[in-house]
Amino acid sequence: MNFWQFLIANHQQVLDLTLEHIVLVAVSIFLAALVGIPLGILITRVPKLSRVVLGTANVLQTIPGLALFAFLLFAPWIGARGGRMAILALTLYALLPLIRNTYAGIRNVDPAVVEAGRAMGLTDRQLLFQVELPLASGVIVAGVRIATVVSVGLATIAAAIGAGGLGEFIFRGLSMLNNQLILAGAVPAAVLALSADVGLGALERRLGTLRLKA
Amino acid sequence: MTSPASDGPAIAFDRASFRLNGRALVRDLVLSVNQGETLVLLGRSGSGKTTSLKLINRLLLPTEGEVRVNGRRTSEWDPIRLRRGIGYVIQDGGLFPHFTVARNIALVPQIENWPQEKIRARVQELLALVGLSPDLADRYPAQLSGGQRQRVGVARALAADPPILLLDEPFGGLDPITRSEMQKEFRNLQERMKKAVIFVTHDLREALLLADRVALMEEGRLIVNLPVAEFPHSREPLVRAYVEAFSGTAESR
Repeated sequence: MNFWQFLIANHQQVLDLTLEHIVLVAVSIFLAALVGIPLGILITRVPKLSRVVLGTANVLQTIPGLALFAFLLFAPWIGARGGRMAILALTLYALLPLIRNTYAGIRNVDPAVVEAGRAMGLTDRQLLFQVELPLASGVIVAGVRIATVVSVGLATIAAAIGAGGLGEFIFRGLSMLNNQLILAGAVPAAVLALSADVGLGALERRLGTLRLKA
Repeated sequence: MTSPASDGPAIAFDRASFRLNGRALVRDLVLSVNQGETLVLLGRSGSGKTTSLKLINRLLLPTEGEVRVNGRRTSEWDPIRLRRGIGYVIQDGGLFPHFTVARNIALVPQIENWPQEKIRARVQELLALVGLSPDLADRYPAQLSGGQRQRVGVARALAADPPILLLDEPFGGLDPITRSEMQKEFRNLQERMKKAVIFVTHDLREALLLADRVALMEEGRLIVNLPVAEFPHSREPLVRAYVEAFSGTAESR
């Protein structure tokens, strides 16, 4: 039985695990955006916080993936459920690119444009939503893209703590020395990562050109 | 903004200073501009001209003394209300790159919640006023020439018909021909509008063409403040230096 025959024979399970994988990544990126983008905005307003926030996110990023999952096994309020744990870990990893890109994106908006807006009588809120965020959106989406691609890869490890996803195939294949099983996990994961990269890359370019010419 | 007080200047600096990290960018400035009057602030880069402008629309607050707009201290104004009554034009326009020309011009009417129909009509009116074709309304700033962007910048500043207009080297980035065209148009515009205008430049010729009064600044201080006809004849050494520098370049051409 070759790889394709294996995929066809087990297509239901492949689809289920792929879907699980997508949900793990999507929920994590959503949560990370919910926390990371406001944090990124906050540290442009309160520069004193920027070192602490970026430093913390940086440290989180340097913890090896498997180690972070292992740490979380001991977390009392969350360790019982593999799925939740994986989502927490993936969210923590996705924070740095989101915070950093939101911060950098806003900081890089032409100060003359922001000052002109302020001088015309825009409120801080109007400046943020009508000027700074739209002009930073390309860079922010670039952060989402990096975070998503990394999460797709990292989520395969989540299977080690029983969170499901395409890692199931990979870990099972590794223990059974079955190459087809490994590939059945690795190939869809790679396809997911590539499509996220291409799709978000296209969005990023669209938003990027918006601020130059449109 | 409330209508300008019938008496008293539209803008008044009363011994206003602005210090940043111990360095005085503006010192003891005493200056006033009446409604309908154009004051040109002349001076080199770093002489405090731009800082003075920012003290008027409260982008900065004076560290000593006070600046009054329509008789009221800028520190007492709600900054948002104050700024919406003051048009502000900077070099290269400072336009929002992600807004079309029409949306840029409509910025203040939009945030002031004018009815859409009135905004559309006002945009058309302003495009005509600053000499731009209505076809440009849907373009983005990056698709315009420098001169066109500057015209849009002026139109945006005039959109809500503010009684006060501040211009910070608005024509500094333009080629000489476009520049002289815009200077003439601006002078005609001002004769009709009768606003209180402060115009910052380092170009003596521009100052003499546009000003009712010329105020010369150096190192944050006001050196002289004279009616435009008297300015070139001042015995003040710094004025002499300016006049000689400019007549020098004129002769060498």
